[in-house]
Amino acid sequence: MTIDSVPKPVAGASGFIDDRLGAGNFLRRNLRKVFPDHWSFLLGEIALYSFVILLLTGTFLTFWFKPSMGHVVYDGSYEPLKGVLMSEAYASSLHISFEVRGGLLMRQIHHWAALLFIGGMMVHMLRVFFTGAYRKPRELNWIIGVLLLTLALAEGLTGYSLPDDLLSGAGLRITQGVAISLPLVGSYVSFFLFGGEYPGEDVISRFYTLHILLIPGILLALISAHMILMWVQKHTQMPGKGRTNENVVGGPFYPSFMIKAGAYFLFTFGTLAGLGAFAQINPIWLFGPYTPADISAGSQPDFYMGFLEGALRIMPAWEINFLGYTLPLSVIIPALVPMGIIMTGLALYPFLEQWVTGDRREHHIADRPRNNPHRTSIGFAAITFYGILWLLGANDEIAANFHLSLFQITWVGRFAIFLGPALAYMITYRTCLGLQRKDAEVLSHGVESGVIKRLPHGEFIEIHVPPAEDIAAHMRGKEPVPMIAAGPDDGGIPPKDLRNPIGRLRAKMSQAYGGEKIPVEDGHGHDGHDGHELGQGEDHAAVGSGGDNRSISH
Amino acid sequence: MGTGISVNRITARRRHPLARYAVLLLALGLVGGAYTTFVLPQTQSADAAVASGKADDVTEGAKLFAAHCSSCHGLQAQGTENGPTLVGVGAASVDFQVSSGRMPAANPGPQVPRKPPADWVTPDKIRQLSAYVQSLGGGPTVPGKEQVDPALGDPAKGGELFRANCISCHNWVGAGGALTQGKYAPNLNQSTPEQIYEAMITGPQAMPVFNDSTITPEQKRDMIAYIVGVREQTDPGGFGLGRIGPVTEGLVAWIVGLSALALAAIWITAKKRQANHD
Repeated sequence: MTIDSVPKPVAGASGFIDDRLGAGNFLRRNLRKVFPDHWSFLLGEIALYSFVILLLTGTFLTFWFKPSMGHVVYDGSYEPLKGVLMSEAYASSLHISFEVRGGLLMRQIHHWAALLFIGGMMVHMLRVFFTGAYRKPRELNWIIGVLLLTLALAEGLTGYSLPDDLLSGAGLRITQGVAISLPLVGSYVSFFLFGGEYPGEDVISRFYTLHILLIPGILLALISAHMILMWVQKHTQMPGKGRTNENVVGGPFYPSFMIKAGAYFLFTFGTLAGLGAFAQINPIWLFGPYTPADISAGSQPDFYMGFLEGALRIMPAWEINFLGYTLPLSVIIPALVPMGIIMTGLALYPFLEQWVTGDRREHHIADRPRNNPHRTSIGFAAITFYGILWLLGANDEIAANFHLSLFQITWVGRFAIFLGPALAYMITYRTCLGLQRKDAEVLSHGVESGVIKRLPHGEFIEIHVPPAEDIAAHMRGKEPVPMIAAGPDDGGIPPKDLRNPIGRLRAKMSQAYGGEKIPVEDGHGHDGHDGHELGQGEDHAAVGSGGDNRSISH
Repeated sequence: MGTGISVNRITARRRHPLARYAVLLLALGLVGGAYTTFVLPQTQSADAAVASGKADDVTEGAKLFAAHCSSCHGLQAQGTENGPTLVGVGAASVDFQVSSGRMPAANPGPQVPRKPPADWVTPDKIRQLSAYVQSLGGGPTVPGKEQVDPALGDPAKGGELFRANCISCHNWVGAGGALTQGKYAPNLNQSTPEQIYEAMITGPQAMPVFNDSTITPEQKRDMIAYIVGVREQTDPGGFGLGRIGPVTEGLVAWIVGLSALALAAIWITAKKRQANHD
């Protein structure tokens, strides 16, 4: 028997299955599916595996959690709360923490997994954004991703509220404040959500249904759709040697990618188990039971809600009183505007970019972030916007722990939220161009070899050698950002659809956004003053070339 | 010849990379030793004299007051533009401020921070100073040992009162929090039971007064039992992360969790499968 022949029991069983399900054909096709190999392509899997762990640990927690706001007197093993009146939800959460074997560990892994679920989604989304992997044909999958992120926030919010501790109650109170601040429908929404006056007796059981059934169900469906679309459309790949828009270069799903993905699941699980075992999270026993009358200093939401908290904290106390109706701008604006800017902006970006560049082609090669400087700058401006709000959500902790003035931080934040993104945009843009110049320089002049040569007349030069083949191919993968043909024709007449104001704006934006800022091969972005193209391994003056300052004048 | 070699050896040792540290350590040791030998005994003997003396507490307190407090609070404790009057603040206030190191204040600011007490501060001197200020116009007195004994309080009841009255500034576990205009509610980790009690009855700095009709002495003891009990409790879930809630948790999720996983991703994709192997 050779190593290639299949043992009879295996062949028989697999033949049986193959004849009935056609599985062999399916597997043959899919097991050899090629996955590109770049570390940033694994970031989305953090979210995927965290979700799996969330489902498992969450199921464990449901065995003991009682989603009820019925009143009980605590009689568990945590001494400092003995005899305190609380809801059944809080009492059962304490029971899970202190009496159920492994309960606290499961609670902590569940909570850490929730943080990594959303954090993983965020870094994955940033990777997709900065490499332009959302471009045609992947726009729909991008929108599914935005929906997933939005739903994950709702999933986090409902889960955060379930233990009914004092901290989660503060979050619930803000949720109710936002609901009731909505014009016209606010009070109805609030009464509907809470089954009457806040806090009522219904909200925990309602949030429970949302948290364990409805939202995870939708999440699961959308994640499946996300994965299937990714599978069918194939993964994007970084530019490089032998990589084109028509192929995918990488390892096959089985065994190479499967092993890596399996290992990465174990890494994720290990990280979460380690955090759950060694880092205390959401110590509800310290917070005490929720009563609407109590509120603690340092009440914060989980990190993914921090940007909304920050918006609320820096918002001036504006409100409009009109005909006996109050419009609390100080709540509506921070609750809806940043979220609206970020989520709507994310969802629309692929289409806005298409509209501006006029680029309707399919893209399977990822952009390096530097090669589309405006997109990268917009991304960093958005990160700064989000980051400043996020940071200011913790303004009280920053003030208390770094001995700063709370008011000063808040006022700095009110200006920084406008100036910061603009500054980030400019810095990122210049950085991208600088990096492009660096690429152009490497391609046209080669890399420093470390060998200094002295010429007969005394001049010192450094020998430059051409870059490694794969690096050069990676750099040469750059293509100009497309733009619409906006120029007037021979008769000086612009294209028909660009004559109205919106068309003129589109043409202007396209001119700014698109085009080749720094051509790869023209002597590191010079205006031709350099004169000659350098051949492979040609000597290049680097030191003491007298008068000619070309090596520093980019 | 022999001397030449030994001189060279000494020179070599002088130039040894560790030589400068050795000399520095020696010098520090000498200065420190001299300080403890010549300076400290004087203060100790002064302390001993005060402790043994049966001098009237009020008279001694007045002297201490003139020496350490009067520059801001006035020679008659009538108050100046730099410090409030101390007539009527009571012994409890003095005991709180001086034993926690807040007074004498190092410099003016939105709030006077807790710091290690000044060198001259001893329990006896605090008692004398308190007696002097108490003699000026009465006020809350220093609580007795039993009044602040955590073992006699009911932590569960105290916890409810603590949540209702204290945590809006001091946080769930007394980790402290920010207030307006650069002021803050300090953390309660170092506060002694006496200081917690005195803070409630005197309302130092930004803190309101919780007098005995608002919160009875028994209830205050319950609260002390809760505060002391919770802060001494071992965190059952691992490292407490400062017990300040989701801010540090979020930091750990990103700095530990996501960074570790990004590094893992870099690691497991570092080894590329060669195309020609297939």
